[in-house]
Amino acid sequence: MNFLHRLLAVTHLAFIGILVLLAYPAAADEYPSRPITVIVPFAAGGPTDVVARIVTASMAQTLGQKMLIENIVGAGGTTAATRAARAANDGYTLIVGHMGTHAAAVPLYSRLPYDPQTDFAPISPLAGTPIMILARKDFPAKDLQEFIAYVKANTEKLNAAHAGVGSVSHASGELLNSVLGIRPTGVPFNGTGPAMDALVSGQVDYMCDQIVNAVPPVRSGTIKAYAVATPARNAALPQVPTTTEAGLPSFQVQAWNGIFAPKGTPPAVIATLNAAAAKALGDEAVRNRLLDLGSVIPPPAERTPEALATLVKSEIARWTPVLTQLH
Amino acid sequence: MVELFSNLALGFQVALSPINLLLCLIGALVGTLVGVLPGVGTVATVAMLLPITFGLPPVGALIMLAGIYYGAQYGGSTTSILINIPGEATSVVTTLDGFQMAKQGRAGPALAIAAIGSFFAGCVATVLIAMLGAPLTQLAQKFGPAEYFSLMVLGLIFAVVLAKGSLLKAIAMIVMGLLLSMVGSDVITGASRMAFDIPELADGLGFATVAMGVFGFAEIIRNLDAGADIDRELVQQKITGLMPTKQDLIESAPAILRGTMLGSILGILPGGGAVIASFAAYTFEKKIARDPSRFGRGAIEGVAAPESANNAAAQTSFIPLLTLGIPPNAVMALMVGAMTLHGIVPGPQVMQKQPELVWGMIASMWIGNLMLLVINLPLVGIWVRLLRVPYRLMFPAIVIFCAIGIYSINNSPLDVVLAGAFGLLGYWLIKHDFEPAPLLLGMVLGPLMEENLRRALLISRGDASVFFTRPLSAGLMAAAALLLVLAVLPSLRKKRREVFGESEN
Repeated sequence: MNFLHRLLAVTHLAFIGILVLLAYPAAADEYPSRPITVIVPFAAGGPTDVVARIVTASMAQTLGQKMLIENIVGAGGTTAATRAARAANDGYTLIVGHMGTHAAAVPLYSRLPYDPQTDFAPISPLAGTPIMILARKDFPAKDLQEFIAYVKANTEKLNAAHAGVGSVSHASGELLNSVLGIRPTGVPFNGTGPAMDALVSGQVDYMCDQIVNAVPPVRSGTIKAYAVATPARNAALPQVPTTTEAGLPSFQVQAWNGIFAPKGTPPAVIATLNAAAAKALGDEAVRNRLLDLGSVIPPPAERTPEALATLVKSEIARWTPVLTQLH
Repeated sequence: MVELFSNLALGFQVALSPINLLLCLIGALVGTLVGVLPGVGTVATVAMLLPITFGLPPVGALIMLAGIYYGAQYGGSTTSILINIPGEATSVVTTLDGFQMAKQGRAGPALAIAAIGSFFAGCVATVLIAMLGAPLTQLAQKFGPAEYFSLMVLGLIFAVVLAKGSLLKAIAMIVMGLLLSMVGSDVITGASRMAFDIPELADGLGFATVAMGVFGFAEIIRNLDAGADIDRELVQQKITGLMPTKQDLIESAPAILRGTMLGSILGILPGGGAVIASFAAYTFEKKIARDPSRFGRGAIEGVAAPESANNAAAQTSFIPLLTLGIPPNAVMALMVGAMTLHGIVPGPQVMQKQPELVWGMIASMWIGNLMLLVINLPLVGIWVRLLRVPYRLMFPAIVIFCAIGIYSINNSPLDVVLAGAFGLLGYWLIKHDFEPAPLLLGMVLGPLMEENLRRALLISRGDASVFFTRPLSAGLMAAAALLLVLAVLPSLRKKRREVFGESEN
């Protein structure tokens, strides 16, 4: 049986592979001495995954070891974060956490199996993605002021789309509603694609979403963009004013992500990883690719474990009241 | 028109470069393999291979990923026909007549007609993408939550009509499928339903987990059951000819044509376009057939129509991505990811700014379909010979592949255990003459149906008349009502009983 021979050969190879893997730690002396696994809590190709791949490709060069991305999806990213929190704290398993897994999940999941503040050792913030206020193309408001006046006057009639409970567009949309003091009908979709689809075809009135998703329809004029909720305008859509310019300075929000290790990871390892991440964020090629995506890159002074810890703390404090009242 | 030809010429120029031809071939081969291996889904594969394309030129990367996607539609039918395990959700209906054909020793013609139908559908869909991309997308945009819900209602009525045996049992299976689909987080409130605080259940039961269980494992248990050896021997001994006869071709040609049409239209719709397409095509064939009793007993149209439909739908689902930059399903969402990784922002401007990318991909689809036909037709012989492998060697291999496939989707051991439990349930169902196909359809359509129902009612502020006042939705509802009346009418029910009464299992 040819097939059986082949099967045997494959089994042998797999066995040798396991032996090689087992032999690895014995050879370890200086970190990193073997490939590092980086868990991404979302599917390959999503905004978080793209940022993670761009940054870790550069970090891997600095560290002289491969960094393997493992996409673990499920329960708004909390499945992946749970696994990372329980992983060995030797610096060979890291996670790219984001606004959802390390802040919004706290008020949203009553039995969150991990604590974003105490179960992780922060390494560095990676990139932020600005949030935009978007509306269907025939929405009767020409700028943000008219938008605010209209939504306040017509709350009853309005349908606000979002990409599902716990998503970035859901959290930021709720924040906008609480800033404006309105309670429109929220219409959830399964992901940003279908939500954007509904906005393009005019089934819903407005939504908040990350700039990455908004660039194609805004550029082609199939939806309206009123403002970007960051201090500075974004190069990807330079014609869109900031919320401060447009008269809603209290609405400041961006989806952020950062790289974490499990708690108890040796400080020397954290320092090595932090240096590699900070260097990656300063690299011209990495910066250009992130800026193309509309990302905001943290300045050198904020590429520290402390900055990420502060960010997580302030974000949990910010989202808890906004998202708790929904229950 | 002239523009179309110059665009296509540009596309072929790009697609025919040696490197792109090679990538297209690799994609088609990997896709076929993925389709054949039960449990290893296209979404998982495209996600796994996405990073590999990082180092490739963008056109080549997209050509390869697209190849995997439509290649899997070719391969997906193979396991449905040979071992009664649908490799993909889109090939569930193919099991109904495909496996029966295999039992009659006609696995070869079934596989061949699936490949030929897919090829024809692929060619038509490629032309459609090139010619009608933009207007078709506008049609799809008219579909709001109310229209989707009505479409799903029609789909479920299809499922009732589709079933053989007891009507009551078929409805019970659909309802059970709907219930299973509700496990996990409520889409509107995020509340956990029937998950019993098990984190792995928070996102619901996976389609592959349940399908592998009730189709795959249950089928294996049944085969190992005493007295079921006859079936296996039937499959093994009576292999009559590898290629379809002239009669087969004449019978399936119109079915392929109709399947292609239905698939091309439904593929553009966001959501489970290809799945609905294959179910709809099958039901349509059965409805218009002169002798519907042949269906479920090895009618070649029952393989030709859904296989053409799912391939056509797989390809036309590129239209919203290419014209609007909006992905209509999970695989297309990954394609968006692939584009973003290469620094391309998907959307209408891609067609103007990087025509070589869009047209190169469109042209490669036609080339890829040709390659798939050339790869798949000779493989028919090999697959059929695989049936001669003694079952005591086959079934452990199938179990292992299924287990690996299920595990690989979420890296979750619980999924494998669940599939085992569903296997036992599936065996019980087979023993009591319940059919698993309506259960799976209920499970696939359930979430779409529930979400769109609640979405439509949210938007209408609870006014249920939206389903009947919006013209498209009303039309779909009317079609569903008509179909239901036909199925329930006493005189027809009697006839139906005569037709399906003593059908096997």
